[in-house]
Amino acid sequence: MSQKEQEIKFISGNVAAAYAARSAKVQVISAYPITPQTVVVEKLSEFVDSGDMPAQYIKVESEHSVMASLIGASIAGTRTFSATAGQGLLYMSEMVHWAAGTRLPIVMTIASRGIAPPWNIWADFTDVISQRDAGWLTAFASSHQEIYDGVLMAYKICENEEVLLPMFVAYGGFVLSHTFKPVIIEPDDKLEKFLPPLPDEKGWPHIFIDPERPMMHGNLIMPSGFYYEFRMKIHDEMMKSMHIIKQTALEFEKIFGRSYGNGLIQEYKMDDAEVALINIGGLALQAEQAVDELRQEGYKVGSVKLRHFRPFPTEEIINIAKKVDVIGVVDRDTAFGSPTGGAVSSECKSALHGTGIDTIILPIITGIGGREVSVEQQKEEFKKLIKLKETGELPKDMIHGTLWDGILEVK
Amino acid sequence: MWKIIAESKDKRPKLQNYKNWKELPPIPISFPCYGSMGETGDWRVFRPVIDKKKCTKCGFCWMYCPEGVIQKSEDGFFTIDYVYCKGCGICAKECPVKAIEMKRESEFE
Repeated sequence: MSQKEQEIKFISGNVAAAYAARSAKVQVISAYPITPQTVVVEKLSEFVDSGDMPAQYIKVESEHSVMASLIGASIAGTRTFSATAGQGLLYMSEMVHWAAGTRLPIVMTIASRGIAPPWNIWADFTDVISQRDAGWLTAFASSHQEIYDGVLMAYKICENEEVLLPMFVAYGGFVLSHTFKPVIIEPDDKLEKFLPPLPDEKGWPHIFIDPERPMMHGNLIMPSGFYYEFRMKIHDEMMKSMHIIKQTALEFEKIFGRSYGNGLIQEYKMDDAEVALINIGGLALQAEQAVDELRQEGYKVGSVKLRHFRPFPTEEIINIAKKVDVIGVVDRDTAFGSPTGGAVSSECKSALHGTGIDTIILPIITGIGGREVSVEQQKEEFKKLIKLKETGELPKDMIHGTLWDGILEVK
Repeated sequence: MWKIIAESKDKRPKLQNYKNWKELPPIPISFPCYGSMGETGDWRVFRPVIDKKKCTKCGFCWMYCPEGVIQKSEDGFFTIDYVYCKGCGICAKECPVKAIEMKRESEFE
């Protein structure tokens, strides 16, 4: 039940997510299995069954019910957790919006996978991106340790009275969920210093179940009422949560000694970089190796890990654009019909609009449906950025202004 | 204001009154109060009318009324608050001696 000493465990990304829920003293878990997430809730069921974790474990008949039951549990004033992926998240979608609209600090990990049809279960962030406008904070983890740490930080951010919104912590299916790495599991005394206290019997400040203080939520508001204003408030708090995210990352580093940049983004060798590649999830970490190898060859390149997609770190993207001449923005997701075809690159372009900065943004899409992205390929992406900077020449075979890198050419 | 609402039932104002979005609670909430949805008697098409001659004071209408608009009088009979009665007709349906008749509102104009 308790973790007295720090431990280094050789575990998969999914198990790291389960350990994070245990470390965060989650009280209610609702679960429905889906590949590649299943191991998260399986591991948690073991923790609960063995008495290692004093939590309620609810087995339900669908993902829609997962979130519905977590909403109920959270309204009752408990710390809640679940995990899902791909189609499961899509099926859950209605309740995903309800959770944010009710301003509940639910945390859910997503072992991201490609959306069907055709069936696909491998790394692709289109599932979590599809919930872009639901009102959930959205973070990406790039390593096994970051899954664990990201969940811990998520509770601290979400339960802040100034935020009170749910959060996704997403990581690539299989590439992180099913591979094994050493992960530091933190001891209780340190966790206690970092995590907010569990909600008491009074529940959350804004919603509770208490016969002495009866209230109803989720009722109808006419167009002349404050519906518009309540929606606007979600955006307002989401924007304001950026400083809480930064503060949390700083505090996390102080207590646990692991740095995640400013919480919103994490830069790698950007100080003297001439071109930069922005990535989400595991590819961001792999890009650091590409940077190291290219720097040995004498190229001044840098990498940026976008940790948060929601709220979107507009200011940070502008600052990166001020430093470099060309930015490649890599999406491991598709946003059909959007300006660039990828969600992150569209946002980056929009961030620079009206700033007068003439940094070129090259939208790149790669790794869709778990397609292998090698370090070599990422080095080539960097080299294309360098060529674009030196000659102004765009890569060949761009499709609708975007480089769809790694599409098959069968000879 | 919403912090007072969260604190205790007794300290709550009769109506929530917010001037702008900055004053709003994180979520829209409503709490039990008299006529919080306005004067819902306006919705009524049929009006339940109690015939005191047939009434046995059993209290079924009072128990079944989903809106809590039927009150017990001192003389043991029941009265209906027509300002809030929506005219659903459950009381008339449940009355074991058929002492409640649903009459068209137009008959009273």
